[in-house]
Amino acid sequence: MSTIRIQPEDFDVGAEANLLARGRGDVGAVVTFTGHVRGEAGLTALTLEHYPGMTEREIASHVREAEQRWPLTGVTIVHRIGRLEPGARIVLVATSSGHRQAAFAAAEFLMDYLKTRAPFWKEEERGDAKTWIAAKDTDEDAVRRWR
Amino acid sequence: MTLLYFAWIRQKVGRSEEQIDLPAGIVSVGDLVAYLKSRGDGYADAFADPARLRAAVDQEHVSFDAPVDSADEVAFFPPVTGG
Repeated sequence: MSTIRIQPEDFDVGAEANLLARGRGDVGAVVTFTGHVRGEAGLTALTLEHYPGMTEREIASHVREAEQRWPLTGVTIVHRIGRLEPGARIVLVATSSGHRQAAFAAAEFLMDYLKTRAPFWKEEERGDAKTWIAAKDTDEDAVRRWR
Repeated sequence: MTLLYFAWIRQKVGRSEEQIDLPAGIVSVGDLVAYLKSRGDGYADAFADPARLRAAVDQEHVSFDAPVDSADEVAFFPPVTGG
């Protein structure tokens, strides 16, 4: 069971985690990762843009890969778009499995792929100045270890 | 063929989407980049440094040697920064 949503609206981490375990006896572990907007160096807001269609396809292909690598019972990915202020939630990756190792590993795998492959772009706002964020080599290094 | 532009490439080009008839002789993504760069104004600026660009053909990441001659949709964007 997998759910992928790209939306401007906020999400409820607890509700999403509960949905992965509700009514099933085979779930022993639910792992959630939530990414927030870091308000460093005078950041006023981030605006997230995406490529509708490709973003969902790209994420779905990595979810399928995670499902082949680990015995998962469910995956939920929610990524917000639009203008977000410091402290706001940006992304949720929630994974469930019979045991914690698979859920932890798959959540990390999916986050690393989201950061380096899913077509999203962030523009930073500091007062009136707007700058597109550059991709980080450390994110590329993080994804390489899964190959 | 539909061309899509995202992030600062969209801003430099001045539009997010356009339809083009692929000129004869354009086979690869790299050929298309060179052609777009030659269109002047915002295009020359947006496509000045191919090393800063990434491309997708029909919503799949591709390298610049990938073919475009039978593509329906080609997108250009900077390296992604989601998550």
